[in-house]
Amino acid sequence: MNVSSVQVKEPVQVAKAVETPNGLASSSLAAGSKMRARTFLAVPTATLIAFVVHLFVSQDEPAVDTRSYSVFLAGMFGLSVAAAAVQPLWSSLRRWMAHMCPIIAATVLLLCLWEVITSGLRLLPMPYFPSPAGVLQSLLNDRKLLFDSTWHSLLLLLSGYVLGVSIALVTGICIGWFPLARYWGMPLLKALGPIPATAWVPLAMVLSPSGIFSAVGLVALAVWFPVTMLTISGIANTRASYLDVARTLGAGPKHLIFRVAIPAAMPSIFIGLFMGLGTSFLTLIVAETVGVKSGLGWYVSWAQGWAEYGKVYAALVIMAAFFSTIMTVLFKVRDRVLVWQKGVIKW
Amino acid sequence: MAERGHQVVATTATNALNEGSSLRIVEVSKHFPAADASSERTHALDNISLSVAAGELVSVVGPSGCGKSTLLRLIAGLDHCDSGTLTVGADAIHEPSAERGLVFQDPNLFPWLTVRRNIESGLVARGVLHEKRHEVDEFIRLVGLETFAKAYPHHLSGGMAQRVALARALINHPKVLLLDEPLGALDAFTRMRMQDEVLRLWEARGATILLVTHDIDEAIYMSNRIVIMTPRPGRVERIIPVSLERPRQRNSAEFLRLRGDILEFLHFTRGAG
Ligand SMILES: Nc1ncnc2c1ncn2[C@@H]1O[C@H](COP(=O)(O)OP(=O)(O)O)[C@@H](O)[C@H]1O
Ligand SMILES: [Mg+2]
Repeated sequence: MNVSSVQVKEPVQVAKAVETPNGLASSSLAAGSKMRARTFLAVPTATLIAFVVHLFVSQDEPAVDTRSYSVFLAGMFGLSVAAAAVQPLWSSLRRWMAHMCPIIAATVLLLCLWEVITSGLRLLPMPYFPSPAGVLQSLLNDRKLLFDSTWHSLLLLLSGYVLGVSIALVTGICIGWFPLARYWGMPLLKALGPIPATAWVPLAMVLSPSGIFSAVGLVALAVWFPVTMLTISGIANTRASYLDVARTLGAGPKHLIFRVAIPAAMPSIFIGLFMGLGTSFLTLIVAETVGVKSGLGWYVSWAQGWAEYGKVYAALVIMAAFFSTIMTVLFKVRDRVLVWQKGVIKW
Repeated sequence: MAERGHQVVATTATNALNEGSSLRIVEVSKHFPAADASSERTHALDNISLSVAAGELVSVVGPSGCGKSTLLRLIAGLDHCDSGTLTVGADAIHEPSAERGLVFQDPNLFPWLTVRRNIESGLVARGVLHEKRHEVDEFIRLVGLETFAKAYPHHLSGGMAQRVALARALINHPKVLLLDEPLGALDAFTRMRMQDEVLRLWEARGATILLVTHDIDEAIYMSNRIVIMTPRPGRVERIIPVSLERPRQRNSAEFLRLRGDILEFLHFTRGAG
């Protein structure tokens, strides 16, 4: 009877592969499993190669320096073999592996190449370019200080980022919504905003009683400009028809700002948040290098001062993991907030 | 299932529109500024006068660009006229109000809200969601979108989106309902069903409805009077009363004769202009 709800388009569903027992399907299945087997064996093979190369090139080096890398490769090998053995019974692991195995194997081979170039052929000047085994050893030796530095960087980054974003949202929404705020705010923003936050370092060091405060302030400043700009543009570009609809539904100014303009501006605000995160990383490292005497930025310049390049690279590895984790978290938050845009349905 | 739905719809229907208010449009003119220096400004409405009694259902038809949407926006309070007065009941119209509901030509659903939250948004805007939450389900059922309550607008077809827009306007129980080609995007079958639905809502409480449409049949089927407008500048060309018995038969002799008259008239005016 209810024709109108019959004629609706059902949201597109991803068709699940159904395994059928007829000959045609099983032959294509066999081809698929051959490819799959190759994929799953890629990591064990790569680690095995890397392991043999490692044993070969590190013959002359003291065992203490190379043992942890051997353990690492052996563990990696064991893990990948175990995963390849378990995957037929565990479908989500299988899907993850099918996607990740080539990348992991390539990474292991790159490490192997790095080792060949450094400790194997000694193509690069030695103290500046340690082998992966050396870097891993430095990382393990100095893990306490590295952990401490990461923790300090995290605190500094988060407090600066949160502070900057909070101020930016307020200024962005005000300037985007109120014409008077735009008249006075825009020129100020245009004049001061484009100055890189790191250019304020001298002033910050004079102004702030402690290095920490000036570093938080610098990170906040670095975040503030892009987030403000993109918030303004998002709010100001809210489609007039959404505001019209809301007004005919009886919405007052508060509803128009918080329930219409801000949600409509969210995609744009998130672009600002990502840009701000990028500038905040840069500013964090600079601020730590010149001002604060803690954190990963400080650690790198300190280790460099002692010519301990293994530690420098160890810190860089940690930084890469640290920053990309934070980036991933922000991506996840965005996917949550902008489901309506992405088209993910949650029933 | 269908019967149960119908039951609830019936109770909703009696509540959906409040007792209508009369509407007076007196010598209203509206210009739009020129887009650039070389073009002239648009004379959208010229000296429009129209009275709609409380509880009347009046259709407005006319070629596109004759100012129908502009007229509805003025009544809604979204735009202001250059000269003339607009009053609803005893009050002059200055700004939008939840008492004058408007369904736009495009559904304009809030894309960041689910179907349910879109329909709720009128209650949220007026700050009465807490007391009236129970009505939301009735309105979702009214437009037949129970299974899509949690879907986001970009999953809806055009017709479904327009039904959500209708429910969103109705949930505020407006005294004047302004409909700007609201059924234009629907397929013929759903369209007829929604026409009956709107008629039932209207008959239950006698609210005032101003319906813009490009469908002559729809105008004859639904309205007490049909206002025919002509473009550039938009003028009221003629007002045709429709005195057919309700419920109307779409293929009765009188219906078809009236339809013929109107088509002939439209053709004549187009030929002359
Ligand atoms: N915001 C606007 N700015 C400039 N011109 C407009 C605007 N809105 C409508 N017009 C013009 O006014 C005339 C009437 O438009 P409209 O009311 O949308 O017509 P209809 O709804 O009858 O198709 C058209 O010529 C249109 O171009
Ligand atoms: Mg129109």
